[in-house]
Amino acid sequence: MAKIYSKKALASKDLKPKKEVVSFLLSYSQALKVVKIDNNSFEIIAN
Amino acid sequence: MADLHIPDALLVKNYVEGNENALATLIKRHESKIYGFIYSKIADRDVSNDIFQDTFIKVIKTLKSNCYNEEGKFLPWVMRISHNLIVDHFRKTKKMPMYRETEEFSIFSIMSDDSLTIEGKMILDQVEVDLKKLIQELPEDQKEVLVMRMYQDMSFKEISELTGVSINTALGRMRYALMNLRKIIDKHQIILTN
Repeated sequence: MAKIYSKKALASKDLKPKKEVVSFLLSYSQALKVVKIDNNSFEIIAN
Repeated sequence: MADLHIPDALLVKNYVEGNENALATLIKRHESKIYGFIYSKIADRDVSNDIFQDTFIKVIKTLKSNCYNEEGKFLPWVMRISHNLIVDHFRKTKKMPMYRETEEFSIFSIMSDDSLTIEGKMILDQVEVDLKKLIQELPEDQKEVLVMRMYQDMSFKEISELTGVSINTALGRMRYALMNLRKIIDKHQIILTN
């Protein structure tokens, strides 16, 4: 086997995060509620 | 496709007002740029995904708690958050560098076991026995101070009180004890090493 000396280009054109990551973020956003009482803020995450 | 014409500022406003789809549009619009930016620095897909996720968790929390000011633009703000997380990541990895075992590199080349080997322990025991024998050769007053200081861990003040001499005398006796030990070692060419 010939040795490959070249390195892969770091930035290919169409880099995207995993679908699971995006879907997690959207679910997280739906579940998260931030309630502010006086100077405190409370994060509530619905199941 | 209609979403593409809605400016970021309006999408952010809609999201803050409760429209969850606005976030999906914002992520879809900018995911490539943000993820590409992170990946260009990190060069690891999994870590980049983690940082991308953490970035948007911060974005979501900030927007939901109404702490976001539409002073600048949305994308530069998100990029700044991801940049800070990248810096944090490098700080962490610098403190706790991760090493992988490869053909050219073995973890044992940078890690060492400083505890003594069996041979080392035997030599150390022998050195200690030899040293005790040498101390027995010292004059009584010097031996007394040296033993109290080195083996009983007493201070020179305590030694002076116990032996009834001044601190300076005790210090002097210690100094002579060490000089005499060195002389004996040199004279008999004794090697005390470990």
